[in-house]
Amino acid sequence: MYKLFLRSLISVLFLLGFSLNANAEFKVGFVYVGPTGDHGWTYQHDEGRKAVEAAGIKTTYVESVPEGADAERVIRQLAQSGHDLIFTTSFGYMDPTNKVAKDFPNVKFEHATGYKRDHSNVSTYSARFYEGRTLLGHMAGKMTKTNTIGYIASFPIPEVIRGINAMTLAAQKVNPDIKTKIVWVFTWYDPGKESEAAQALIDQGADIIMQHTDSTAPVQVAEKAGVWSFGQASDMQRFAPKSILTSIIDDWAPYYVERSIAARDGTWKQQDTWHGLKEGMVAMAPYNSAMGGDLVKEVEQLQKDLASGKAHSFTGPIYDQKGNILVAEGAVADDGMLAGMNVYVKGVEGDIPQ
Amino acid sequence: MSFDLNFIGILIGAIMASSVPLILAASGELITERSGVLNLGVEGMMIIGAISGFALMVVTDNLFFAVIGSMFSGLIISLIFGLLTQSLLTNHVATGLALTIFGIGMSAMIGKNFVGIPGKEFPLLFLSLKESIPFLGPIFFGHSIILYFAFGLPFLTNYFLKKTKTGLIIRAVGDSPTSASNQGINVTLVRYSCILYGGAMCGLAGAYLSLIYTPQWIENMTGGRGWIALALVVFATWSPIKVLIGALIFGGITILQLHMQAVGLRIPVQLLSALPYIMTIIVLVVISRDSRKIKLNTPTSLGQIFYKEK
Repeated sequence: MYKLFLRSLISVLFLLGFSLNANAEFKVGFVYVGPTGDHGWTYQHDEGRKAVEAAGIKTTYVESVPEGADAERVIRQLAQSGHDLIFTTSFGYMDPTNKVAKDFPNVKFEHATGYKRDHSNVSTYSARFYEGRTLLGHMAGKMTKTNTIGYIASFPIPEVIRGINAMTLAAQKVNPDIKTKIVWVFTWYDPGKESEAAQALIDQGADIIMQHTDSTAPVQVAEKAGVWSFGQASDMQRFAPKSILTSIIDDWAPYYVERSIAARDGTWKQQDTWHGLKEGMVAMAPYNSAMGGDLVKEVEQLQKDLASGKAHSFTGPIYDQKGNILVAEGAVADDGMLAGMNVYVKGVEGDIPQ
Repeated sequence: MSFDLNFIGILIGAIMASSVPLILAASGELITERSGVLNLGVEGMMIIGAISGFALMVVTDNLFFAVIGSMFSGLIISLIFGLLTQSLLTNHVATGLALTIFGIGMSAMIGKNFVGIPGKEFPLLFLSLKESIPFLGPIFFGHSIILYFAFGLPFLTNYFLKKTKTGLIIRAVGDSPTSASNQGINVTLVRYSCILYGGAMCGLAGAYLSLIYTPQWIENMTGGRGWIALALVVFATWSPIKVLIGALIFGGITILQLHMQAVGLRIPVQLLSALPYIMTIIVLVVISRDSRKIKLNTPTSLGQIFYKEK
C-alpha cells in the first residue's frame, strides 16, 4: 500500500511537471497488474515496453496497480500527464479504461484481453494462447506413460477453459486414452499452493504437469519428481532444465512497437486484435531434445500449420462432456465461440466450478 | 486414489511439511501475545524473513547464514513494532497492520533483483531411512532440520510457559502488567523480548517458504499464511499444543482437498477450497470448549497499552 502511495505521489509530481510543459514529446504509458519482476505475465508486457523504448519512443509504467478504483485514477493520471497512448494490461482494467477514454478523446487507449471498445479511441488486443496449448497437448499425449495429464488451473474464466480444452483435444488426437485431471487453485500465483497442487496431481498418477498459473513452483516440483512439465508465459527452462519440454511465451513487443509508431505518426485506428502463432504474439520456447527428434519435428510442423491456418486448435467434430456436438465435423470454432467458451470438451474430468 | 500404506505415509509427510511455516509463526506470535502484545504484523515479518533468507542465500551461497539472517531480519523489523508500541505507546492493532503493509512493500523492493533466480537444494536429513522404511519412513525421515525444530517447538513452548520462571513472568506480564510491574518486573523489557522472539520465529517461517518449501523468491509469496497463523493462535486459545494440532489440520485438509480434486470427486471445488478454514475452526473450537481453561490461557491485557507511571 505504501508503494501505491509513493507511486501516486510520483504520479502527481509527474502531473505537475507535465502541465508546465504543454508541448511535451510523444509518450506511451503502461499500466501493469503485477510487479515487472513476476517472471510471467507482467514481465512479458514490460519486455514489450522496453522494445518500444528501444524504438526511440519515451515510455512510462506503473506496476502492481489493483484492478478497481485505483486503476481508474492511475490511468487518468497518465492521460492527464501528457501520455498519448496508454496500454492497460489486465482484464480488470476494462471499465476504468473506457471511462477515462471518454474524457480524453485525444489520447489513445489499448486494453489487453478485454472486449469493450465504447469509444473510438479504445482498441483491444489479446493473444491466442490456446494455439500454444494445442502444441503442449500434442507433446503431452505422446510423452505420457500413465495417460494422465495434470493441469493446474487458476480461475474458471473462458481463457483458462479454452486452454484446457485445446490441450485435451490435441492430446486425444495422438492418444485417445488420455485423461486430463484438473486442480483449481483460485489464485494467479501462490507458489506454495501451486506446488502442493502439482504434487497432488503427480501423486494421483499424472506424469505431465502443466499450469495456467504464473509461478515457477509447479515446474520445480515436476523436476524433482522426474515428470514432464511446461512453462507458462515466459521461458521457465532454467527452473527445471530436465523436466520442461517447452514454454508458451507471450510476445507483446512487435504489437506494442507497431501501435506506438502508428499513434505517433497519426495512423492509429481503433481495432480488435487477437494474434497468435502466425503473428508471433504467441511463441514457443526451444523444444527439449529429450522428447526425441521425430516428435520435435512433428510439433514444429504442427506449429507451422497452426500459424499458416492449415490446422486449427478447435476443428470439429468436438463434443462436450455429455456428448452434445459443439463444433460440427469439418468446421472450426469461430472467434465468438472461443471468446465465450464455458464448457469442457469430452475427455476432461470433473465439473467447471460455477 | 491409491491407498497403499507407503502412499499414505508420503501424504502425511507432505502435510507435515506444509504446516511448518504456520507452526513457527504461530508459536512465535503465541509468546508475543502471552506477554500482552498483539502484533498483527506476522505476515509482514514472514515476508521480510522470506526475502532476507533468499537474498542472503544468493549473495553468500550459504544456507546457514541465510536461515540465521532471516531470523535476524524478522527480529529487526519486529523491533520497529516494539519501539512504536512499547516506547512510543502507539496502538497495537494499527501498528501491526502498518507493519504488514510495510513488510510486503519493503520485501518487494528488496526482492526486485532476486526474482527468477532458482533456489538452492536444502539438505534433507535421513533420506536413506525415508526410502528404506515403508509408511513410517516418509513420515519421520527425509525432512529439513527446520521441520524437526518446528515440531519440537510447541512442546518446548508449552514447557517454557508452564514450568519455567521466565515463562511465569511472561504470563504475569500478559495477565496484569500493573501487578507485575509492582512486583519489580520490567514489563517493557519483557514485552520487548517477546516481540523480538516472535519476530525471529516469523522470519524463520518466511525463510522456510523461500528456502525449502518453494525455493525461490516471488512477491507476496507468503500468500496470507501469516494471517492464518494469527487466527490459529486465537482459535487454539493460546495453547502451543493446540496450535500444532490446528496447523496440522489446516495443512492436512489443504493438501487432501487438492488430492480430492485430482481424483475427480464430484464435490463443488469452492467447498473443497473453503474446507481447510472451516474444519480448522470447528476442530479447534470443539477441543477448546473448556471455558475455565480458556480464561486461564487468555492473556487478559492483550493489546492494551501499558504505561508505567513515574
